[in-house]
Amino acid sequence: MTKLNMVQAINLALREEMQRDKDVLILGEDVGRDGGVFRVTEGLLDRFGPERVVDTPLAESAIVGAAIGMASYGLKPIAEIQFLGFIYPAMDQISNHSSRLRSRSRGRYTCPLVIRAPYGAGIKAPEHHSESCEALFCHMPGIKVVMPSSPYYAKGLLISSIRDPDPVLFLESTRLYRLLKEDVPEGEYVVPLEKARVVQEGKDVTIISWGFMLHRVLQAVEGFDAEVIDLMTLNPLDEETIYGSVKKTGRIVIVNEEPKTGSFGSELSASIAEDMMLFLKSPVMRVSAYDTVLPLPRLEEYYMPSVEKIRKSIADAMRY
Amino acid sequence: ALEKTDWVFPSFRENGVYIALGHPPHMILQYWSGDERGLRTTEDKNIFPVCIPVASHLPHAVGAAMAAKYRGDKIVVAAYFGDGGTSKGDFHEALNFAGVFRLPVIFICQNNQWAISVPRERQTASRTIAQKAIAYGFHGLQVDGNDIFAVYRATKEALDRAKGGEGPTLIECFTYRVSDHTTADDASRYRKKEEVDGWKTKDPLLRLRLYMEKKGLWTAEYQKEVELKAKAEVDKAEKEAESIAHPDPRDMFTYTYAALSQRLQREVKDF
Repeated sequence: MTKLNMVQAINLALREEMQRDKDVLILGEDVGRDGGVFRVTEGLLDRFGPERVVDTPLAESAIVGAAIGMASYGLKPIAEIQFLGFIYPAMDQISNHSSRLRSRSRGRYTCPLVIRAPYGAGIKAPEHHSESCEALFCHMPGIKVVMPSSPYYAKGLLISSIRDPDPVLFLESTRLYRLLKEDVPEGEYVVPLEKARVVQEGKDVTIISWGFMLHRVLQAVEGFDAEVIDLMTLNPLDEETIYGSVKKTGRIVIVNEEPKTGSFGSELSASIAEDMMLFLKSPVMRVSAYDTVLPLPRLEEYYMPSVEKIRKSIADAMRY
Repeated sequence: ALEKTDWVFPSFRENGVYIALGHPPHMILQYWSGDERGLRTTEDKNIFPVCIPVASHLPHAVGAAMAAKYRGDKIVVAAYFGDGGTSKGDFHEALNFAGVFRLPVIFICQNNQWAISVPRERQTASRTIAQKAIAYGFHGLQVDGNDIFAVYRATKEALDRAKGGEGPTLIECFTYRVSDHTTADDASRYRKKEEVDGWKTKDPLLRLRLYMEKKGLWTAEYQKEVELKAKAEVDKAEKEAESIAHPDPRDMFTYTYAALSQRLQREVKDF
C-alpha cells in the first residue's frame, strides 16, 4: 500500500472516480493546466482532457451555478472553490438553488454535485485564505457538509460524496494537506457519509472534533481516558454515535476552529443539552476560535485552539 | 421555436413560455397558490423550476449547455430574464462563461422597462441591452418584443446558430409591463397612466389581430371561437387547480435529501 498525503489521496479519489464514470468532471479556477493552487487536481487535465477538467473564468457564483446546471442535466460535477473565504459570492447558488432543487421540483430535478474548498488557518496564508465557516452551510437543509481529517478518510469520503445523490460541500483543511502521510489503498473503497467515527475509545470524557482540529485533540487527550470522535460528516449529523458516547462518558468537549458564536460546535452542544441532559456529568464545553475577525498569519496561532487550550477544557470537564 | 428536447430556464414571468411548451396550465396556478408540486413539470419536457432570485438561474442555463455540449447532445438551452436581471452579477458571469465556452445557449431578455418601480434607465447606462453581447464576444440583437413574428424569428435564428455550433445569442425583446409587478404592487406610485395607456394599444395580441385582419385571416366568428376556447382552458385549469388534494405535509421531509437523515427521521416520527 502506498503512503499518501491528503493532496495525493484526494487526487487519487478524483482520478479513480473520473476513470470509473465519465459523467464525473471538474470545474474551477486553475484546476486544469496548473493542477489547482494546492495541486489537488494535478495530472488530471493530461489524463482526462479539457472537456472534463475545465479551467473556468474567475467567477465563484457561475462556477457553482454552472455545476448546478450540469448536475441537473445528469452529470456529476466537482466544483473547486479556491479557498473557502472566496465562496461567499456563490452562497446564493448554494443556498437558494443547489440545496432546494430536489424539494422545489418535488424530485423532478436533483443536484448531485460536490463543491470542494480548502479551509482553515495555520499555513500563513494571506487574508481571506484561512476561513473556517462550516456552520453556515450546516444551516442549509439540503446540503451535506463533509470534513475529512486524514488522507485515508479523505479519499473514501470524497468517493462517497461524488456518488451521493445530493449536493455535498467537501472542506479540506489546508493545514492537513501535506501534514501527514498514511496508507491509502488504490482502488475503490468508500467511507460512508452521515457516519461519525470513534477514533479511540475511552471512559471518562468524549472529545468531538473534525478536520485538522482532530490532530490537536489527539495530542491533547494524552493522560486522559478520553473517547475521541471524528465527526467526518457534520450535516446531516450522526446523532447515534454522539449520543452513544455521551451515555458512556457523560462529559463532552467539542473542538472546532470556527468563531465560537453560532459555530457548529454550538449546534452540537445544544443538541446534546436538549436530548441527553440526564446523562451529563459536566456542562458541554466548546473549544473554538475566538469571536474576532480572523487575524493575519502573525497572530493566527493565538486564534486557533491550541493543544494546551483543549487540555485545559478537558481538565475542567473532568474536575466539574 | 423551441423543441421539447431543448432545456428552458424561466424566470418568474414566463407563463407564456410554460403554456407554449405544453406545461399543464393548472400547475402554474398550483405553484403560485403555494404548492411545490406545480413546479414538477411533466417528464417529457425540460423546464427548470421558475427562478425567483433574479437572474441567478442564468449560470444554471450555462451549466446545462456545458453538459449538453460535453455529451454531444444536439439541443439548445434557453434562459429568460428581465431588464432588472441584467444588473446582476450572475448575468455577467453567465454571459461571460457562455462566450468563453461558446455554448449552445440563448439569453432572452424581456425588457419590459420596469423592475418593480425602477425604470430601465436606472439598470444600465447602455443604450440597449442587446449591445452588452458585444462585450461578451457573441451575437446580440434587439427586437420589437410585441411583434410575435419578430420574436419568433429572432429566437429561431438564435436556436439555429446555437445548433450549428455558432455559440450563444442575447436577444433583447423590447416590450412593456402593462400590469403592476404583482397583485401587491401599485404601479401608479411610480409611473404615469398615459405611459401605460400608450403601450396598451401596442399589445401583441391586438397587433396580431390587426395583421390577421389585413390578411383576411380574422373574422368575428374566429375571434368568438378563440375566446371561448381560451376561456374554457382557463376555467378548466382553475377547476383542476382547485380540485388538487392538499399536499402531504411529509413531502417537506421527503424531498429535502434523497434519504431521510437520522434527525429528519426523528422529526418525521414526532411530526
